[in-house]
Amino acid sequence: MNINWKNIALFALVAVLILGTGFMQSWNTALLILNMGLISAIMAIGVNMQWGYAGLFNIGIMGFVAIGGLATVLTAMPPVKEAWAAGGLRMMLALAAGAAAIAGAVRIHRKMVPGRRRMLALVAWLIAGFVLYRQLFDPAAMAIEAVNPASTGYLGGAGLPVLLAWPLGGLMAAGVAWVIGKTALGLRADYLAIATLGIAEIIVAMMKNEDWLDRGVKNVVGIPRPLPYEIDLQRDPGFVEGAAALGLDPVTASTLFVKLGYGVMFALVLLVVLWLAQMALNSPWGRMMRAIRDNEVAAEAMGKDVVARHLQIFILGSAVVGIAGAMMTTLDGQLTPGAYQPLRFTFLIWVMVIVGGSGNNWGAILGGFLIWFLWVQVEPLGKMLMDLVTAPLPDGALKAHLLESVAHMRLFTMGLILLLVLRFSPRGLIPEK
Amino acid sequence: MTDLLNAIVAIANYVLIPGLAYGSQLSLGALGVTLIYGILRFSNFAHGDTMAFGTMVTILFTWWFQSIGISIAPLPTALLALPFGIVLTALLVLGTDRVVYRFYRARRAAPVILVIVSMGVMFMMNGLVRFIIGPDDQRFADGARFLIKAREFKQWTGLSEGLAIRTSQAITVVTAVVVVALLFWFLMKTRTGKSMRAYSDNEDLALLSGISPERVVMITWLIVAALATVAGVLYGLDKSFKPFTYFQLLLPIFASAVVGGLGNPIGAIAGGFVVAFSEVTITYAWKKVLVYLLPEDLEPAGLAQLLSTDYKFAVSFALLIMVLLFRPTGLFRGKTA
Repeated sequence: MNINWKNIALFALVAVLILGTGFMQSWNTALLILNMGLISAIMAIGVNMQWGYAGLFNIGIMGFVAIGGLATVLTAMPPVKEAWAAGGLRMMLALAAGAAAIAGAVRIHRKMVPGRRRMLALVAWLIAGFVLYRQLFDPAAMAIEAVNPASTGYLGGAGLPVLLAWPLGGLMAAGVAWVIGKTALGLRADYLAIATLGIAEIIVAMMKNEDWLDRGVKNVVGIPRPLPYEIDLQRDPGFVEGAAALGLDPVTASTLFVKLGYGVMFALVLLVVLWLAQMALNSPWGRMMRAIRDNEVAAEAMGKDVVARHLQIFILGSAVVGIAGAMMTTLDGQLTPGAYQPLRFTFLIWVMVIVGGSGNNWGAILGGFLIWFLWVQVEPLGKMLMDLVTAPLPDGALKAHLLESVAHMRLFTMGLILLLVLRFSPRGLIPEK
Repeated sequence: MTDLLNAIVAIANYVLIPGLAYGSQLSLGALGVTLIYGILRFSNFAHGDTMAFGTMVTILFTWWFQSIGISIAPLPTALLALPFGIVLTALLVLGTDRVVYRFYRARRAAPVILVIVSMGVMFMMNGLVRFIIGPDDQRFADGARFLIKAREFKQWTGLSEGLAIRTSQAITVVTAVVVVALLFWFLMKTRTGKSMRAYSDNEDLALLSGISPERVVMITWLIVAALATVAGVLYGLDKSFKPFTYFQLLLPIFASAVVGGLGNPIGAIAGGFVVAFSEVTITYAWKKVLVYLLPEDLEPAGLAQLLSTDYKFAVSFALLIMVLLFRPTGLFRGKTA
């Protein structure tokens, strides 16, 4: 086995960057970067499965991240009994009616002969279904949202341990991906891109507006944590003693302890996902995927079911992203649907995959860490640079404006990095073998 | 009878006029996307941010004109600043093409690579605009605010519903008509326009007949810069300018271009209006109109709103996906999907 020194050096560079942050700024910042870097790496692996293995151009990543976040709320929050009593069953009935209306429409579309009659039947069925759905849905949603709107006003979750949300987030994302894949995967690359971009927007719009489900823009806060709270640790005499033995004050020690705990958990998930992804990539299945990616027509001629394989990888990749989304919401301890923005949760992940090296899981991980580090650190670095540049300038509007604008450097930098990599190293930092 | 008139006025005021203005803005944006797709053969994700850049330059010139006291009241000063915005935007996109896109064009890269490249350009332009003007809302409309005021209309007609037409709405529609007429005259009648269409239809044949591809591409970018700036400024005059909103405009603009058929200019215009009117009609609370039209005992209890206004973008996308599924080439037969 030949050791690839370049790749080791690249990962060492990331380690040095994060450790450097620890020494220069603070260990809390360093651990925050590490934790989000781990999550970003998992998301990047998910995208890499779709794009790198199979060539599917999905820019609806944000939607799956958000679904994972929703799963966390639905799993871990305690159920709101009053809301269930007020309209829970009616809501379930309404949703069932909605699903039945769509299933019926699909059936009509399949069974009837194409033509004007099918069109009319479809339209009539859908209008009837929509009216019925709204008749059931509106009063149920109103009843639920009326229950103590300032603190709940939603159905709540299942009250299960929050760690269950991670696999559940993956499952929910997979379910959504199945629906999307069934409808949109036949489209050519840039049409698929536009369609997925739109679907992600719809998912986030729903999470922002369906208050009965997740409180919408009122956010769900205080999601239970898999780790103890800092405040409890500081009260624990055993912990305080241990911290003192290490020469740390209890407050710092408790924050570091919790962050490290998350880091270990995320790293375990990353290792499992990476191991599975590598096994899949190097298996006959992985070779088939790449064969389909490189030449669909030839693969189809060899008897491979291109449509089914595309659907399969789309679901798998989305599930990985969903897991990462659930982990992120767990880390934040709150669900803020307004925070899901395509630049941050779709395009940034794409930058990670392209810069890291599409088709290579190690590359995706490297890209995840490196780009996340830059995303966080470009701002302070840019500020230092701008302070230096503007130092000779007289105080005034221009100087103030320049200093203030530094916050927007990160988007510019990300674009620049993406373009430079695409131009001079189009296969990424760690190319596909 | 007055009920019927009131209902018509209400529809005109809340659906027709806003829909027309928004549709014109979307059409101009979609024309830019569709031209790039027809000539350069990729979906340009940086289009929303190109619009933002053009609008930003126009705003900066508007402020400068305002500060030195130049105005064309009752028209907004921004119209005077518009040509400067177009010129600078044209320089920007030509520079981008030279530095970024030309490299990939020369090696005939796959369209999907160009899409990813345009994502990088989108990031950079977005950062640039926020860097220069900041992420906040900017209002730059001046001059007369209304062409017809709701109160005057009520006094004048004696109806209980008012009809208001904002200057910006009227300017939007008039400008859009002029720009589209110019564009179509250019594409249909001039030699350069014809060579552009030939290049779009069949690149190889166009090359054989001596059309210079670099010249066609350059002119396309010039037109796109003009369209994007005009669309952006009109939207900003009508609502307000905020970089993030312009990035989001990308979504309905793409929807319009695809619904009409990517690569087809007439389709882009039709698509813009289809998307705008479906957004407005589906999210409008029809109660007001129904109250006038229906007998009293049939009045709707709720707002009679099909979807809440927050689902505006969702509507354009649901439409987009339906068109992609059932008629992938769009309503006007664009390039094949």
